[in-house]
Amino acid sequence: MANVQQLRRSPLAARSEELHNASGDAVAVREIPFTTQVGIRATQGTEGYDALAAALGGLPAKVGDVVGEPSTTAVVWMSPDEFLAIDKPDTGLAETLERTLGDHSGQVLDLSANRTIIEVSGEAAELVLRKSCPLDLHPRAFQVNQAYVTEVAQTPLILWRVAEHTWWLAPRISFADHVTNWLLDAMVEFSGTKG
Amino acid sequence: MMLIDCPYCGPRNETEFGYGGEAHVAYPQDPHALSDREWAEFLFYRDNPKGDFAERWVHNGGCRKWFNAVRDTITYTFKATYPVGAPRPEVSGGTK
Repeated sequence: MANVQQLRRSPLAARSEELHNASGDAVAVREIPFTTQVGIRATQGTEGYDALAAALGGLPAKVGDVVGEPSTTAVVWMSPDEFLAIDKPDTGLAETLERTLGDHSGQVLDLSANRTIIEVSGEAAELVLRKSCPLDLHPRAFQVNQAYVTEVAQTPLILWRVAEHTWWLAPRISFADHVTNWLLDAMVEFSGTKG
Repeated sequence: MMLIDCPYCGPRNETEFGYGGEAHVAYPQDPHALSDREWAEFLFYRDNPKGDFAERWVHNGGCRKWFNAVRDTITYTFKATYPVGAPRPEVSGGTK
């Protein structure tokens, strides 16, 4: 059987050069492909919730919360009983959490191919995102290592501030092209691209 | 653009929300006991008040949870939002 790891293509792989060329000092964009993503459903107060929380170092309690660090394993709040764990590629996190959940009520589902991550970084990144996102992106309201499920470029995605001037956008892969087109267009005035 | 206060996510853009009709329409205790007319009224007949109206909304673009809202149908003002299962809150200043 062929090695699936070698055959897979990330949704923006064919555009990596285009992304690189469009990036400048003020704002840069790149794809972070193949991250492990695990959908978790568990209701607070159940044994399944407690088991998963213990395994992950806690589960985020309210909107915007992220438990963990983007550089390692992080769990993003999606809704009161739904969370998304994001990890480095190919860590087998889903199998680990499935064993943790065992027979308790709840759900652990490998969603790794569901979303890709587009990183937008630089001083002007916030200005680029503010062209479409109605959330308050000021650091006072949207702090580092907070994440919100919202809309950017008329597309539902997870917007995650991983550093003061670095944002991760996690749209579903079928929307990655659209979000990229929108970002590249919004970046023109900040980057050195020859429009 | 209007902001709707999701009980779980806080104020969000109205484009993230979907509408679900009148709230607090209870499923009949014994559907088989209803006449065709009563069944049709349960399925299709809804209030259409001028003023405060309790409605179901869903936060599609965020937590994907259903919740209830009291909205003034004249001014479109959202008076209150509350989770499904909670009683309808008292709001003041409804347009008559």
